[in-house]
Amino acid sequence: MAPPPRTGIRWSWWNLLLLVPLVLLITPIFNRTGPALFGMPFYYWFQLAGVVIGVGATSVVFAMTRDRPTPPPPGPDRGVDTLDEGARP
Amino acid sequence: MKWTELIVFTLLFGVVTVLGFVAARWQAGSTLDHLDEWGLGGRKFGSWITWFLIGGDVYTAYTFVAVPALMFSAGAAGFFALPYTVILYPLAFMPLLRIWSVSRSHGYVTPADFVRGRYGSRALALLVAITGIVATMPYIALQLVGLEAVLRTLGLNGSGVVGHLPLLIAFVILAVYTYQSGLRAPALIAFVKDILVYVVIIVAVVYLPIKLGGWSSIFGAAEAKFAATPAPGDGILLNANNQLQYATLALGSALALFLYPHSLTGVLASRGRKVIKRNMTALPAYSLLLGLLALLGFVAIAAGTAPITNRATGNPDTNTIIPNLFEQQFPSWFAGIAFAAIGIGALVPAAIMSIAAANLWTRNVYKEFIHQRATPKEEARQAKLASLVVKFGAVAFVLFIDPQFSIDLQLIGGVMILQTLPAVAIALYTRWFHIWGLISGWVVGMGWGMLILFNIPSADGKRAHFGASALKLGELNVFGWHPFGGSTVQIYVGFVALVANLVVAVVVTALARRFRVFNGTDQTNPADYHVDEDDKKLRAIAAH
Repeated sequence: MAPPPRTGIRWSWWNLLLLVPLVLLITPIFNRTGPALFGMPFYYWFQLAGVVIGVGATSVVFAMTRDRPTPPPPGPDRGVDTLDEGARP
Repeated sequence: MKWTELIVFTLLFGVVTVLGFVAARWQAGSTLDHLDEWGLGGRKFGSWITWFLIGGDVYTAYTFVAVPALMFSAGAAGFFALPYTVILYPLAFMPLLRIWSVSRSHGYVTPADFVRGRYGSRALALLVAITGIVATMPYIALQLVGLEAVLRTLGLNGSGVVGHLPLLIAFVILAVYTYQSGLRAPALIAFVKDILVYVVIIVAVVYLPIKLGGWSSIFGAAEAKFAATPAPGDGILLNANNQLQYATLALGSALALFLYPHSLTGVLASRGRKVIKRNMTALPAYSLLLGLLALLGFVAIAAGTAPITNRATGNPDTNTIIPNLFEQQFPSWFAGIAFAAIGIGALVPAAIMSIAAANLWTRNVYKEFIHQRATPKEEARQAKLASLVVKFGAVAFVLFIDPQFSIDLQLIGGVMILQTLPAVAIALYTRWFHIWGLISGWVVGMGWGMLILFNIPSADGKRAHFGASALKLGELNVFGWHPFGGSTVQIYVGFVALVANLVVAVVVTALARRFRVFNGTDQTNPADYHVDEDDKKLRAIAAH
C-alpha cells in the first residue's frame, strides 16, 4: 500500500458527492405546496425524500473509498507476528 | 392521576434502571478506573451499539417534544430539524474519521485534548473545554424539561417543589448508575429507548392520519390555524423573510452538532473507522423518524390538542403538546409506552452529556491546572464526581430557575459551540490558523454572538432579550455600519458570529505569521489521522 502523502490528506473525487445533500439548504427549490403526495405538500415530502439523498451520498462514498485492505484475509486468525511492521501507516 | 399510564411508565423505567446498573459489567474491560473505560466504554463499541448510542444522544427527549411543538406553533420553520439532520452526516463524515483516528492514536478523550495536542496551547484548549461545558449544561437541563413535560402529562403536576419531586427521584437514580457504570449505562439503555421510540412513532404516523381523515385534511387544518393567527412568520410554507434563517439555522446546527462534546463522546467510543462510516449511512434513519415526528405537530392541530398548564410556573407549556396528543388519541397503555419512550429518551442523552462534561472538566481543567500528576485512577474518580455535580447543577437549574432560562441558554449554547469550529474541525485539516488567531476569533465570535442574541426580543414581545436565534439583516450592525439597512430578511445568529470569528482569525493569523510569532508544538503527525482498529502499533486502551 502506498504511503500516505506528506500533507496527511487523502483525497478522492467521490468525496464531492457529500456536497449533494446541501441541496436541502436551497429553499426556493422546494418551498411550494404542489405537487402533493398522499396529501402532503411538496415542501414536506421533498425534504423527507432528502433523507434518501443523504443516505445515498454517504453510502456511495463509503463503498468507493474503503481503505484497502479492510476485510482481513480469509483463513484462520493471523498471529500478530505475521503482520508486516511497515504495512500500514 | 392516570394510573395505567403511570404503571406502564414505572415498569419500563424500572427495567432501564436495572439495565443501568448491570451495564457496569457488560463487556467490561480490566478496570473501570480509567477514563477510556468509564468515559468511553472501552473504545470498543461496534456498529449497532454506536448506532443506538449516537442516535440516543443526538435525538433527545427535548427534540422529540420541542420540534413538534415548534411545528404546532410556527409551522414550516419548525421543519428545519429535518434538513439539519440530513446534511449533518455527509458534512461530518470525513472530519469524524480524522478525529477518531488521531484521538485513538494519542488517547484523546475530549475535543479539547485534541486541541491541546495539535497546538500545544493550554489557553486554547481551556477555551474549547469551557465552551463545551457551558454549552452542554443547559442541554442537560433541557432533557429535564422534556422529562417533566411527560411527568406532568401523567398527572404528576403538583405545584412548588413537591411538583418537581418525581423529576428529582428519576434523576437521582440516573446519577447513581451513571456514576457506577459510566458510558456503558446509556449505551445499554439506548437500545430500550430507541426501540420504544421507533415503535411509538411509526404507530402514530400510520394510525393518526387514518383516524383524522388523511394528511390532506391535517395540512388543511394547520393552514387554517396559521391563517387565523395574527403572527406574520407562521404558515405551512416558508415566507420571503425566514428562508435564509431556515437554511443558515440548518447549516449552523449541522456544523455545531459534532462539536458538542457529548456527540463526540459517542464517536470516540466506537471501535474503528468502519463503524463510523457505517453509522454515517445508517443514522439518517433517525432523521426520517424525526421528520415524521415533526409532522405530529400538525396532527395535534388537526386533533385539537391543547397544551397543559404547568402548575409550577402557571403558564401553558407547549412542550406538552405531543404527550397530550398521545394521551387523547391512544389507549392508556400505549400512551404509557409513549411517555416511557420520551422519559427514557431524556435519560440517555443526559447521562452521555454529563459524562462528556465530566471528561472535559477532568482532562482539561483538573489535570491541566489543578492536579497535573493525576493518575488514570484519580482521573476516573474525579470524572465520576464531576458527573454528579453536573447533573445536580442541571436539576438545580430546573428547580430554582424558570425553565425558560435553560431554553434561552440552549439557544446561546448552539451559537457558542459553533465558535470552536476553527480550533477543532478546521484544525483537523490544517494548522495554518495561528493560536492567537483562533483565540481572538473565538473572543470576537462569542462576544458578538452573545450581544446580538441579547438584543433580540421574543416574537410575542413578552421578553426583551434572548427571544430567538433569528436576526433581521437590517439590524446587523458593524460598528455603526448597517450593511443591509432596512432588510427584514432573517439569518441565524450563530452563522453571523462564525463568519466574524473566521474573518478575525484569518486577519490575526496573517499578522502573527508576518511577525513570526511562535505557533505552539504539534504533537500529532500526518499518519495519526488515518490509523484504524487493526493497526499493529495502536496505543493500548486504558493503559497508563
